[in-house]
Amino acid sequence: MDAILKSLLEQISDLHDIPVGAYNIRNNGQSESRNSTDTIQIVSKTDGKSGIDIIVKENTKNESVHIPAIITETGINDLVYNDFYIGENAEVVIVAGCGVHNSGTEASMHEGIHRFFLGKNSKVTYIEKHIGEGEGTGERIINPQTHIFAEQNSYMEMDTVQLKGVDSTNRVSSAKLAEGATLIIKEKIMTHGKQTAETAFTVELDGKGSSANLISRSVAKDNSKQVFRSVINGNSECYGHSECDAIIMDGGVVAAIPEITANHLDATLIHEAAIGKIAGDQLTKLMTLGLTEKEAEQQIINGFLK
Amino acid sequence: MLELKNISYSAEGKEGILKNISLTIEDNQFVVITGPNGGGKSTLAKIIAGIIMPQSGQILLDGQDITKLSITERAKAGISFAFQQPVRFKGVTVHDLIALASGKDLSTAAACQYLSEVGLCARDYIDREVNASLSGGELKRIEIATVLARKTKVSLFDEPEAGIDLWSFKNLINVFEKMHEEIQGTIVIISHQERILNIADKIIVIANGEITKQGTKEQILPSLLNQTEGCRFMKEEE
Repeated sequence: MDAILKSLLEQISDLHDIPVGAYNIRNNGQSESRNSTDTIQIVSKTDGKSGIDIIVKENTKNESVHIPAIITETGINDLVYNDFYIGENAEVVIVAGCGVHNSGTEASMHEGIHRFFLGKNSKVTYIEKHIGEGEGTGERIINPQTHIFAEQNSYMEMDTVQLKGVDSTNRVSSAKLAEGATLIIKEKIMTHGKQTAETAFTVELDGKGSSANLISRSVAKDNSKQVFRSVINGNSECYGHSECDAIIMDGGVVAAIPEITANHLDATLIHEAAIGKIAGDQLTKLMTLGLTEKEAEQQIINGFLK
Repeated sequence: MLELKNISYSAEGKEGILKNISLTIEDNQFVVITGPNGGGKSTLAKIIAGIIMPQSGQILLDGQDITKLSITERAKAGISFAFQQPVRFKGVTVHDLIALASGKDLSTAAACQYLSEVGLCARDYIDREVNASLSGGELKRIEIATVLARKTKVSLFDEPEAGIDLWSFKNLINVFEKMHEEIQGTIVIISHQERILNIADKIIVIANGEITKQGTKEQILPSLLNQTEGCRFMKEEE
């Protein structure tokens, strides 16, 4: 593994070496290395698309899957389709994430389209971290898509983080939840320079007792722009909540566009959004503890995005 | 020693919030500033902490002129300030805030110690965010804990009793007395509470932007408690 690849892997998936358990490392559009286990199979797609199927056997417990994708060359346009089939009662942690290191002048782009088919009573923790780096002028673009089909009483928690270096991102997530299914999405984004980030969630709460909680916290610095769209449709007795909290600094711009529709009398849907600069009294309080204004600002942002 | 010399402050649309205030607070003194609402007490405390800059006058800390120092510089020089209305932070935990106040990496046990002192069951609070999920009284006690953790030579408290229930209030008095003993520092409390006035070495009454009375509690307290008209001090039944 070369140094850049190793560093990116560390940053996006906290991996210091080849992971334990099932994994697939994708480098510049190719599978670099792969491992399946007795309970988790990773196989290449056979329908002509680039990508893999990850098949988790029913009743699998305490297993993890790492599928980082790395781009280290300039001018790459990597489109990948990864499908996750989670067996009934299985519980897994999936660590995805993408790192783009662009030292050249051409744009490098990763588009990962992930679909999750959650069996009954299955439980998935999905962690996704995106970063961009490299001294080149070429843009670093990451456009992830996550589509979730959650069967009865399944549970999915998605933690998605993008804190630096990605010039443009367009993130699309959708979910369809059956009876008793739960979805929690926590998104953290920080943009700077002239970066743009767009996020769109669409959640269909189809089953009785299904629930979704979408929590987005973001910071837009310099002249960066962010758009947060969330659509929650309550189609049965269900609970849906979305929350967008954003701090704007310098010339940063954030738009939050929520849409909640109750198609059922017993649907409970809530949206909260708050956008603004760091409150003056927060800075003042930390300064009375001996921090400089810059340190106070950093502390507030660190906490906010923690 | 903290000295204020001829401090005056006016805000836009409000003249004479503080009018030529001069006062001296000796080392290790326990001073309570009291007086009617809107009289200028909080403004005075904020001027000492550097949050508000006066139009004229001078502030000296141990002889050093700190009038032009920023909030941060004054904090580093040894001044702490507990806000009347504590600030909320999304994402910053109680542990984070107390560690920042102490100026070092603080173990959970050490941070918990400060919370216990202000009457909060530390285990239940230490990892919570200092956000809107905490009640006003809880935030207030955490605010006091941040000042305890700083252990500075001057500690200012702006109406620490506000929002604190009667049961906890007794403990609050103990907190101040213990703090006074332990850190050997100057404590300045803005308060309307008779029990807090009762433990003061010195009471300063500010009304209408001016010091109207100052002296020991024996000198000042009787006249305050005997006010019949517009009495603003809560007399508690023993």
